[in-house]
Amino acid sequence: MKDIALHILDIIQNSIVAKATLIEISIDEDFVNDSILVTIKDNGCGMSKKMIEKVSDPYTTSRTTRKVGLGIPLLKQNADRTGGYLSIKSELEIGTTLIASFKPSNIDCLPMGDIAGVISLTVSGNPSIDFIYNHKINGNLYTFSTIEVKKVLGDVSIGDPSISVYLKEMIQTNLEEIQIDSIGYKT
Amino acid sequence: MAKIKSLDDLRMMKESLQSKINLREKGEDPGSHVQIKVAMATCGIASGAKTVMEFMMEELEKRGIESVITQTGCMGYCFAEPTIEVKLPGKEPVVFGYVDNKKADEIIEKYIKNGELVDGIIPMNYETIE
Repeated sequence: MKDIALHILDIIQNSIVAKATLIEISIDEDFVNDSILVTIKDNGCGMSKKMIEKVSDPYTTSRTTRKVGLGIPLLKQNADRTGGYLSIKSELEIGTTLIASFKPSNIDCLPMGDIAGVISLTVSGNPSIDFIYNHKINGNLYTFSTIEVKKVLGDVSIGDPSISVYLKEMIQTNLEEIQIDSIGYKT
Repeated sequence: MAKIKSLDDLRMMKESLQSKINLREKGEDPGSHVQIKVAMATCGIASGAKTVMEFMMEELEKRGIESVITQTGCMGYCFAEPTIEVKLPGKEPVVFGYVDNKKADEIIEKYIKNGELVDGIIPMNYETIE
């Protein structure tokens, strides 16, 4: 994957396949302490202990169309090589939480990428699932929740193609703002 | 138009779009729309499926083609990613492989608009994977 945003897009698909109805995506970029934490939490079907042990193995997948599953191993590799880590907690019937940690000062750390595009694409592609997206840059937080957005949209579907552009713009504008607010804190 | 930032901005935007959206919803049944599925598993994303999906959403909207674009998992054609499945109203779905923005444009212009087949079809009989 070229950037962290694409990894997030990929991992969210796992939550969707796990039949989650609420997916929380949290990104905490803290350049003062040289850390990027990406947390994806869902209330899907969860995994057994046995599955969690095997899930970082590229030859593990729940699919039947092919024999390999590379989403998690690739993310783990990219996190590990910056000096970060990947951790997965899961309970059957309760859900799964995945945490990926990166060290942004490491030259191998991927750029964040088009996160606004990823969130708006995922949201409009899955109108029946609720998403809460928290993005923090050096302590400045922006929260986007489809629960609120759906209230505003009323009877217009969040999946309507004309809405997607505006969702992306809304997220992008807010991210730029917290980025500007955080400049003073950059080391 | 100023940039949309708050939920209030979004509400205003929605109201200005309302008439257009109502037309769409009260129009024909969804079976009469072009249905497109973009394969969005690890293989697809790594090959650029996100760019293609954004391009298609934007262009179909711009060119005024009624369509429903959704994401799907890996269809098993990892070698030919990004792949998309296009189902024209009343026709069998067709899967296209190696779709970049240029190919997507060709698919919209030739196949979706005129029903003319273009190169890059993956000839497979299969059941749609949900």
